[in-house]
Amino acid sequence: MITGSIAGIGAGLAAIGAGIGIGQIGGKAMEGMARQPEAAGRIQTAMLIAAAFVEAVALFGVVVAFLGTK
Amino acid sequence: MDLSQILNSKKLVHIAFYAVFFACVTFTVSAQEPEKVEEPHVTRSEMNAPHEEKEEDISATILHHIADSHEWHFWGEGEHKVSVPLPVILWTQNGLVTFLSNKHDENDHGTEIFEEKGQPMVNYHGKYYYPGQKNAEGAYVEIDENGVPTNAKPLDVSITKNVVSLFLSVIVLLLVFTGIAKSYRVREMKAPKGLQSILEPIIIFVRDDIAKPQLGHRYAAFMPYLLTVFFFVWLNNLMGLIPFFPGGANLTGNISVTMMLALCTFVLTTVNGNKNYWGHVFTPHVPWWLYPLMIPVEIIGLFTKPIALMIRLFANITAGHILILSLISLIFILKSVFVAGIAVPFVIFISVIELVVGFIQAFIFTILSALFIGMAVEEHTAH
Repeated sequence: MITGSIAGIGAGLAAIGAGIGIGQIGGKAMEGMARQPEAAGRIQTAMLIAAAFVEAVALFGVVVAFLGTK
Repeated sequence: MDLSQILNSKKLVHIAFYAVFFACVTFTVSAQEPEKVEEPHVTRSEMNAPHEEKEEDISATILHHIADSHEWHFWGEGEHKVSVPLPVILWTQNGLVTFLSNKHDENDHGTEIFEEKGQPMVNYHGKYYYPGQKNAEGAYVEIDENGVPTNAKPLDVSITKNVVSLFLSVIVLLLVFTGIAKSYRVREMKAPKGLQSILEPIIIFVRDDIAKPQLGHRYAAFMPYLLTVFFFVWLNNLMGLIPFFPGGANLTGNISVTMMLALCTFVLTTVNGNKNYWGHVFTPHVPWWLYPLMIPVEIIGLFTKPIALMIRLFANITAGHILILSLISLIFILKSVFVAGIAVPFVIFISVIELVVGFIQAFIFTILSALFIGMAVEEHTAH
């Protein structure tokens, strides 16, 4: 018998979503950098900003899950 | 403009050197210190708590470690506790009440009413409330189903652990940066010297990689704010990772602090918003019949940007601290010292990641602030 909060599942789902999102961003950014190494700096900055947006959504999920367990 | 240029430049050697230095200092102590802090809590719980309550106790301990508090706790528990009491300042129904936190912290279960300037109060889990009806556990607090007391409470404007940490970091930043600003005035157009040469690459990084690409030629007006925010967040992220005195306060993992930072960005964005910016909000480039839908969406968009900024920093730093403490707690959950062989190296690894996260979050906060301000002051929209 496993006991626990269902909020943990929510946090896990949020992590899956963010994982897919950040994976896509990272992968595409690497492709872009390999194709145009001279633009690597700008791609890196844009990648970090986009990753921050994706991560924020996941963290909303984590915060809600965290509040849910209380 | 170019991040890779900065990353490849010789100046980075300085940053790398200091990063490694900070890393060594921070993770040697963070690998050892939490064990010391944790031990008394858990051994006590192992002695007199049934098995089910133990995990509850560990999560309570972890939450206690990342929370704000009225005292600066160093080590030990109960009789052998070593901590510095901090002033408690309360605005009650009888006016201003001040006392040192160790005066009334003997009983924090709310079972004892004390009086201060004729104002009865109870201390329940480190927070001060007006006494209510006595409940089943003998405490004078009314607790709702979520375990949160519903008593009325005085306005708490105490100098807590986080506030002391805030003062410390403000003093450090003022000392360092007034010194650097002075040496820029005195040694104008000369090579940097001393502290200035350590921080100049980072200041130039903020200017060339954060401010200029987002703000264009108007960057100079916003540089003071961006530099302040960047160094404030970065310093506090790093100080939060130090488990003992000057650090350990988890300031940027406190939602009130990040809210104030995000509010500063929001105010700057709103005040500096030009005709284009407000035009984009109130007369978006859509057919007129979409206005009832688009205008509310745009107005909500004004507020979600700083709210996301607030949650992002708070959640990242808090999550990092919880992760480190949980990994150390694994030793106590699994009740085996051999777990330490896996847990401690993993904690070191996560601590190094947290050092990077501390920098990246400061960078992200600053670049997003610059981006939002840049959107507000932009002359020509792309439409």
